[in-house]
Amino acid sequence: MIEVENLTKRFGATVAVDNVTFTVKPGEVVGFLGPNGAGKTTTMRVITGLIYPQAGTARVNGHDIWNDPVGVKRSLGYLPESTPLYEEMGVVDFLRFTAEARSIPKKDARARVDEMIETCALQEMAFKDISELSRGYRQRVGLAQALIHDPPALILDEPTSGLDPTQILEIRKLVRRLGQHKAILFSTHILDEAQKTCDRILIINDGRLVGEGNPQELAAMAKGSSLYRVEFRGETQQLLSGLPGHVTVAAQQELPDGWLALDLSSTEPDDRSEELFDAVVAAGGKLRRLARKEATLEEVFLHLTKGGEA
Amino acid sequence: MGRIWVMYKKELKIYFDSPIAYIFIIVFLGVTSWLFFRTFFLIKVSSMRSFFMLIPWMCLFFIPAISMRLWAEERKTGSSELLLSLPFQEWQVVLGKYFAALTVYVLTILLTTPLAIVVGALGEPDWGVIVGSYLGSLFLGAAILAIGTFISTLTTNQIIAFIIGVLVVAALTVVGQPLFTLFLQGPLAVLTPYADWLGLANHFTSISRGVLDSRDFVYYLLMTALPLYLTVKSVQASKV
Repeated sequence: MIEVENLTKRFGATVAVDNVTFTVKPGEVVGFLGPNGAGKTTTMRVITGLIYPQAGTARVNGHDIWNDPVGVKRSLGYLPESTPLYEEMGVVDFLRFTAEARSIPKKDARARVDEMIETCALQEMAFKDISELSRGYRQRVGLAQALIHDPPALILDEPTSGLDPTQILEIRKLVRRLGQHKAILFSTHILDEAQKTCDRILIINDGRLVGEGNPQELAAMAKGSSLYRVEFRGETQQLLSGLPGHVTVAAQQELPDGWLALDLSSTEPDDRSEELFDAVVAAGGKLRRLARKEATLEEVFLHLTKGGEA
Repeated sequence: MGRIWVMYKKELKIYFDSPIAYIFIIVFLGVTSWLFFRTFFLIKVSSMRSFFMLIPWMCLFFIPAISMRLWAEERKTGSSELLLSLPFQEWQVVLGKYFAALTVYVLTILLTTPLAIVVGALGEPDWGVIVGSYLGSLFLGAAILAIGTFISTLTTNQIIAFIIGVLVVAALTVVGQPLFTLFLQGPLAVLTPYADWLGLANHFTSISRGVLDSRDFVYYLLMTALPLYLTVKSVQASKV
């Protein structure tokens, strides 16, 4: 369980995080989505106890960052952005160190390290130095150190950045599997990833939470952005003057076969296709396509983060 | 203690997994032995005095080279993010790292003892003075290392940490040298005893004489504890 309450963090005059509140429940993968510099990493660093906020607090499994920072760190696995590791150390040595640092009893530590090497598919790299590893393997070592003490909460800061598609799929699969029991906060700036991996998405922009919900709920938030595509043949002027009031023409294009393609945008969020059909019939024209385009998460995102200019 | 030990082992492993510790030990031993034996066979006195006179100046350059990476490198590579996300208190991390660096230095000093054996084999040195000087070297090194550790938290650049470390330690050494205190004339003359007291090498000289005065040890304990305290504060300050 990760709880963030009225969190505000300023760096000088810049407000990095502005009064942010949210909760990640056990068994839930929450995607933390936002453009670069929106405050994702800052929020995560506050939860981890790496920096203190000016106002508000965060709790992990009931441990407060102000009163019990070590308790917070115990209940948390953290994968920092860009995965900084000790280059000079070997993979196994490094994992042994984190096991010890996490107070895993010596008799269990070896088994735990072996288990992590297996979970994160590090068998071939186990005895290499971290400096010799590729980006993908480094990321796995980072995950292994975050998981070694089987924490109830996980914070993963852009765990898939810089990986190839196969590796991204593996990481997503692992996150989904871990998310069955753990509370996971997962930051990314890739929408598709948030949509495919997370139960719930938080959208942050300029330090403020601007949207929250599952992917479908977020799509519903993009009011006024429903689009229709109409392909029509007949009296164009008559059709245009007969369109319902909430519809405006976004684009108009003469197709090579003589049909006219219209992109219409409506301020009404719900489906008004039948009104358009009636308008075409009233104009005495023919209709071969009438499609309503649902707002995609991408449009929601652009809408929420750029104040609707997209 | 257990927590410091975990940190200590990891840090020591890094010193000895990379060439830093070996290079440090070899160069330190090479330079001191060369400078010592260059005159030892000419003067033909069975004493390590000239060796121990080098120690404050050797430490001045060599110890900031051990301490420079302690924090600057963590900050540079970002591994401090990872380190500080582990359930340690800041002072446990600071002390673990410090003791690992101190171990490298102590090991180096212990490896100079064959010089004492050579001197002992060739003549009749005053063993009290030699033992006292070794003790003084440890205390002097511990203090310089603590200063270097603190300076390493102030920058992400190891080279800068090294240079500032050398400058600060040099200032603290020179301030107590007669060549400097000689200039404290007129109204400034009241500062002379303070400058004498502050001088890093002065207490070393007095311990080296074989006179074990508690004031000298208090001085070095202070000069070790204060920078380490500042190191903890500096690491905590990065969280604001």
